[in-house]
Amino acid sequence: MTMQPASTEITSRTAAIIQELKGLEGPLLPILHGIQEEFGHVPQDALPVIAEALNISKAEVHGVVTFYHDYRSHPAGRHVLKLCQAEACQSMGSDAIAAKLKQLLGIGFHETARDGSVTLEPVYCLGLCACAPSAMLDGEVIGRLDDEKLDEIVAEVRS
Amino acid sequence: MIPRIYIPGDSGALALGAEKVAKAIEKELADRGIEAKIVRNGSRGAYFLEPMVEVATTDKGRVAYGPVKPSDVKSLFDSGFLTGGHHKRWLGAPDKIPFLARQTRLTFARCGLINPLSLDHYKAHGGLKGLQNAVAMAPAEIVKQVAESGLRGRGGAGFPTGIKWKTVLDTTADKKYIVCNADEGDSATFADRMIMEGDPFVLIEGMAIAGVATGATKGFVYIRSEYPHAVAMMQKAVDVAREAGLLGVNVLGSPNAFDMEIRVGAGAYVCGEETSLLNSLEGKRGVVRAKPPLPAIQGLFGKPTVINNVISLASVPIIMDKGAAFYKDFGMGRSRGTIPIQIAGNVRYGGLFEAAFGMTLGEIVDDIGGGTATGRPVKAVQVGGPLGAYFPRALFDTPFDYEAFAARDGLIGHAGITVFDDTADMLKQARFAMEFCAIESCGKCTPCRIGSTRGVETIDKIARGIEPEKQIELVTDLCNTMKFGSLCALGGFTPYPVMSAINHFRDDFKPAPVAEAAE
Repeated sequence: MTMQPASTEITSRTAAIIQELKGLEGPLLPILHGIQEEFGHVPQDALPVIAEALNISKAEVHGVVTFYHDYRSHPAGRHVLKLCQAEACQSMGSDAIAAKLKQLLGIGFHETARDGSVTLEPVYCLGLCACAPSAMLDGEVIGRLDDEKLDEIVAEVRS
Repeated sequence: MIPRIYIPGDSGALALGAEKVAKAIEKELADRGIEAKIVRNGSRGAYFLEPMVEVATTDKGRVAYGPVKPSDVKSLFDSGFLTGGHHKRWLGAPDKIPFLARQTRLTFARCGLINPLSLDHYKAHGGLKGLQNAVAMAPAEIVKQVAESGLRGRGGAGFPTGIKWKTVLDTTADKKYIVCNADEGDSATFADRMIMEGDPFVLIEGMAIAGVATGATKGFVYIRSEYPHAVAMMQKAVDVAREAGLLGVNVLGSPNAFDMEIRVGAGAYVCGEETSLLNSLEGKRGVVRAKPPLPAIQGLFGKPTVINNVISLASVPIIMDKGAAFYKDFGMGRSRGTIPIQIAGNVRYGGLFEAAFGMTLGEIVDDIGGGTATGRPVKAVQVGGPLGAYFPRALFDTPFDYEAFAARDGLIGHAGITVFDDTADMLKQARFAMEFCAIESCGKCTPCRIGSTRGVETIDKIARGIEPEKQIELVTDLCNTMKFGSLCALGGFTPYPVMSAINHFRDDFKPAPVAEAAE
C-alpha cells in the first residue's frame, strides 16, 4: 500500500511548492504540476491551500484540476504505462496491442494492478507516429511495439 | 583529430533504441581505448533509418549508418566506421540519401545536423542572422517582410502570420506577449517535437524576432506534457540563450528586451486551440474563448498577443535572413514557402519531409513514403490529424496546398499524413473521430459537447445495421450542425474525418453481410 501523508504534512509541503512558484504569471498549472510531482497525485487537502494562496475559490481550483487528464486524484502504480491509441498507431494495430497488453497485465485502461505495480493509460499521440505503435513507460519512449517488446515491458513492470 | 560520432537524442530515435546504441558505442570506445567525441544531435527525420549514427570523417565528410542495432556496434568498429568504412548498415553521405536529398530544407536546415545546445554550431550553420537583421530594422519593416513572405500559420488554420503580427504591433498596450503553441496533439504530427529537440534555438530566435517586431517583451512556449524530452531540451536551450545575451534586457546588445518561459500542458488536446491555450496559460480550465476579441488585441491576460505555432515561428529566422522574396519563391498559389510534411502510420518510409507546397498527395504517399509498411494496398490517408479528412486513392492527385485541399473538403492542418492499408475499417475510424471529440471536448459549446456523443451512438447504430440509411442522414445533419455551430475547430472539424469516411468509403457503412447477421 502507498502511504498517504497526513493532511498537515500535505498542507506544509503544498505551501512550500506554492511559495516557490507563486511569482510566476499564471502560476496555477505549474503549482499543480509541482504538487503532482511531490505527491504522485493532487491530494484533495492541497486544494484549499492553493485557493487561499492564489486568492481564488476552492471550486475554481477543483474545476482546473478536474479539467486536465494529467492530474490524478489517487496515486498511480509504481510504473505508469501510456499506450498510444491515436490514428497513426491505430493504422499499425494499436487496438490489438492494447487488447494483448490488458490481458497480460490483467487490467484495463485507467486501472492500476492490484499489486500496485503498474497503471495503464491510453494516450492520444506521443509524436512517434513514424514508428507506430508506440508507448511511454515511466517517461521512456518505445516505438514499433511488437510481441517481444510487450513481453519486455511486462517483465519490467513486474520486476 | 578526435573522431566525432553523432547519435540522435531525438525521442523518435530513442524510441527505436538510440540510447542502447549510444551505450554500446561508448563501451566499445572504452574497450578499444579509442578517444572520440559523441554528439547527441536531433533527428534528420528519416525514421525508417533510425537510429541513424553518423561519423564526421576528415576526407569523406559525414558518413551515415542505419538503422543501427546495439548488436551491430562491434562489427561497425571492425569495419572501420570511424573513417567511413563499409558495413551492411552503411548509408553513405546523409544528404545523398534519396529521402533527404529530395527535400527542400529551410525550416529544418539544421535539424539533425548540429548539437542542439551548441550556440556555436547554430551560428556556424547560419543561425542568428535573421535576428541580427531584425534588431537593425524598424518593427514595421520586420512585419512587412514576414507579411510579404506569404508565411501562413503552420498549426493548421493557415492564417497569414504577418497580419497577426501587424495587429499586435498596431495595438498599444503596456505589455504584449508572444505565445508559441507547442501543444502538438494531432496524430501523425511530430514536426514541432523534432524542431524543439533538434534545433531549439531556431524557435527561440523566431520568438525573439516576433518580440522585436511587435514590441512584445515576454514569450511563453506552451509544450504538451506528452513531450518530456522536448520540454527538457527547450528549457536548457532557453538557459543557454539567456546566458549568451540572446534573451534578456538587451537582445543581442540591442535596446529590445525579450525573455521567455517554458510551460507544460496537462494532457488536454483542446489546449492546442489558441484561445483555450491562453486560458490554460492563465491557470484556468482550457475552455475555448469566443472570438472576437481576437488574441492579437486581447490575448494572454487581456494583452495583445501573437500566438503562433512552432513551425510558423521557426520559419521566421530564414525569412529574415534570406528575405521575403527568397521564401516566397517556393510553393504554389497562396501557399508559399515550404511545409514539413510528416509521413506516418502504416507507411514504409515514414518520417519528416520538408518540401515546397505543391507536391501531390500520391507523390508523397507512393514515391516518398513507398506505400504501406505491411505491403498491402493503401486504402485511405488521413491528412491533417484527427480533424482531417480521409482521402481515398482517387484523390491522390490533390496538390499539397491549403486551397486545393479545402476545395476537396479536406485540410492540410499541421501537415501530418496517416496511411492506412486495406484492412482499415472506415466506420470504426469515423466512430473514433466522434469518440475522440467527446473525450477531448472542453464542454463550452453544445454542438461539440453533445453532438460528439450522439455521433458515436448513431454510428454504433449503423454498425448494428439499425436503419443505416436513416442514421447516415442523421449523422450528416449532425455534422452540419457541428461544423457551423461549434466555437472552435475541435467540434467544427470533427465532421471532416466523419463525412469523408462516409462519402468516400460508403461500403464500410453498409449493413453487415447476412451470413454474419444470421448467427
